[in-house]
Amino acid sequence: MSIFITENTKVITQGFTGKNGTFHTEQGLKYGTQYVGGVTPGKGGTEHLGLPVFNTVAEAVAATGAEASVIYVPPPFAADAILEAEAAGIKICICITEGIPVADMVKVKRKLMDQHCTMRLVGPNCPGVITPGEGKGCKIGIMPAHIHQKGKIGIVSKSGTLTYEAVKQTTDVGLGQSTCVGIGGDPIPGTNFIQVLAAFEADPQTEAIILIGEIGGQAEIEAADYIKRAVTKPVVGFIAGATAPKGKRMGHAGAVISGGDDTAEAKIAALQAAGVTIAPTPSELGTTMKALLG
Amino acid sequence: MNLHEYQAKQLFTKYGVAIPAGIVANNGEEAAAAAKKIGTAVVVVKAQVHAGGRGKSGGVKVCKTPEEAKQVAESLIGTNLVTYQTDAKGQPVHKVYVEGGIDIARELYLALMLDRSTGQTVIMCSTEGGVEIEKVAHETPDRIFKEHIDPALGMQPYQARNLAFKLGLSGDEIKNATKFMLGLAKMYDECDASMIEINPLVVTKQGEVMALDGKVALDDNALFRHPDLAELNDFTQQDPREVEAHKWELNYVGLDGSIGCMVNGAGLAMATMDVIQHFGGKPANFLDVGGGATEERVTAAFKIIMSDPQVKGIMVNIFGGIMKCDIIANGVVAAARQLKLDVPLVVRLEGTNVDLGKKILAESGLPIESADDLADAAKKIIAATQKKAA
Repeated sequence: MSIFITENTKVITQGFTGKNGTFHTEQGLKYGTQYVGGVTPGKGGTEHLGLPVFNTVAEAVAATGAEASVIYVPPPFAADAILEAEAAGIKICICITEGIPVADMVKVKRKLMDQHCTMRLVGPNCPGVITPGEGKGCKIGIMPAHIHQKGKIGIVSKSGTLTYEAVKQTTDVGLGQSTCVGIGGDPIPGTNFIQVLAAFEADPQTEAIILIGEIGGQAEIEAADYIKRAVTKPVVGFIAGATAPKGKRMGHAGAVISGGDDTAEAKIAALQAAGVTIAPTPSELGTTMKALLG
Repeated sequence: MNLHEYQAKQLFTKYGVAIPAGIVANNGEEAAAAAKKIGTAVVVVKAQVHAGGRGKSGGVKVCKTPEEAKQVAESLIGTNLVTYQTDAKGQPVHKVYVEGGIDIARELYLALMLDRSTGQTVIMCSTEGGVEIEKVAHETPDRIFKEHIDPALGMQPYQARNLAFKLGLSGDEIKNATKFMLGLAKMYDECDASMIEINPLVVTKQGEVMALDGKVALDDNALFRHPDLAELNDFTQQDPREVEAHKWELNYVGLDGSIGCMVNGAGLAMATMDVIQHFGGKPANFLDVGGGATEERVTAAFKIIMSDPQVKGIMVNIFGGIMKCDIIANGVVAAARQLKLDVPLVVRLEGTNVDLGKKILAESGLPIESADDLADAAKKIIAATQKKAA
């Protein structure tokens, strides 16, 4: 098994005919992802990459039975695209777009918290989700396919490129990955560490977990608390930003030290107290995990 | 994007949020005229800079006469104000804000910001005005009161009353505080603010509730729908390298070390700085070239890094996902040639088209050292800069 997506998940792309939507859907198709179409308002009825284009997500879902969507639409329109996916009955929506206004995400979050909402949002501002397969896997997002290998490590991270570090290293030491989830570096993520940790804990294919966080917010502290209470599988962690100055936004909208316990130091201490093994550098995520599993 | 106090207060007025009488001045003459026009027994002359701690650093002064206001304004304008929140150089003062004195009965604290744990705006207040809120939160958390705002409903009057009663207000103060808070909440929403902080919020002896100071930050990602607010940006308050980087869609933050970094991805860029420090070096900057860097942007990134005279070596760390290694390699080679780079350069490439990228570097004929992974790259650049210094 894997979490959130499997090699049989049917996916549509929102912002399908744009540059990013086109490039990454093509890459996903090469990897074996079951893309069944895409949405670009006004281009419904045409074909793109050999797949049908729809005007609305509702039409795409009705025609293809898609359960997942991936969003590449520009920031001013991205929150609308997420809400459209939810209204159309999409079960998992992965939003790659970076730079969505916080106020828009506050509204999206309210929808996601509604008890009738059944959609999971991953992101925004994330690399996506991948479940590597043997021969064919399911890659939804912008990660480079070739570094992945089906295996036993679940990876959850706020950072795209640091996820790639963890992926390549776990591939190099022969452990491979069950599913890799980029939750993104925005202040309001659709899915948080805890939800991914819970899914990895319940997933039989996942034998151990790598968690990569960064400065800003309380998500890693909350994750540490959850790990202490509910995670039995070994966890290796890394927190980026130990050298970041207070009050400066470090690229990601959410990566800013504002109070006392959103520093790398405080997060590392909380994770260690929860039994997480911290990798001394991000070059040692794979070897640290290998040593831990013996 | 941060606003100056005078800009924040102009917005407050628009939203019915009470402030003392005040006029912005560009020179001593204007300050004297402002003081005369305001006509209170005393006026306060405040340096307009993007930094807190102005009072303790001589940036806020009480003046008894227009002549005194003129002198204070002239002593501030054209200088740099150094506070505990600025670097050693300080922030340039181009304007002062002249404000009428008021009879303060109580000093409180009020702020609106995002509560990241709930994904909602939270309005937060405290009886401890004029004090750093982190300190209050740490030492006396029972003196902080909060209400979360439902995005579908907006802030409700009962929420403002709840807070006003908890702050110990009474009579007309309750009505005034409610109007004040609802106005601010509306402004927060309509202006796409990411933070509004009023410290102190004052209650006058006459029962008025007013913003004595105002710190407003706007959500950069939402500025596209507020062209009028975007124009308020005072670039002189920012590191010129950060301003230049922004033009190229690069994320740059200057630090005080000697090893320049160019990285793709914010998390990896932070981790690169951390690893340099882990092996005994000091990073000179944070720089994320993003996912869609072109040769021109890589060259611009190098120029910005090299504009820091402290930089003694550069480390490039790229894990190509969207970003292809050959594009980076071409950019690095072009930039090194164009800038006649004379400091050690270590490049670590990984990911899409890595072999092609390495080949371009190797065949360039430039003294570029390749590294296998992040730790290897950090060790190599530290060794190279130390060797050069010796």
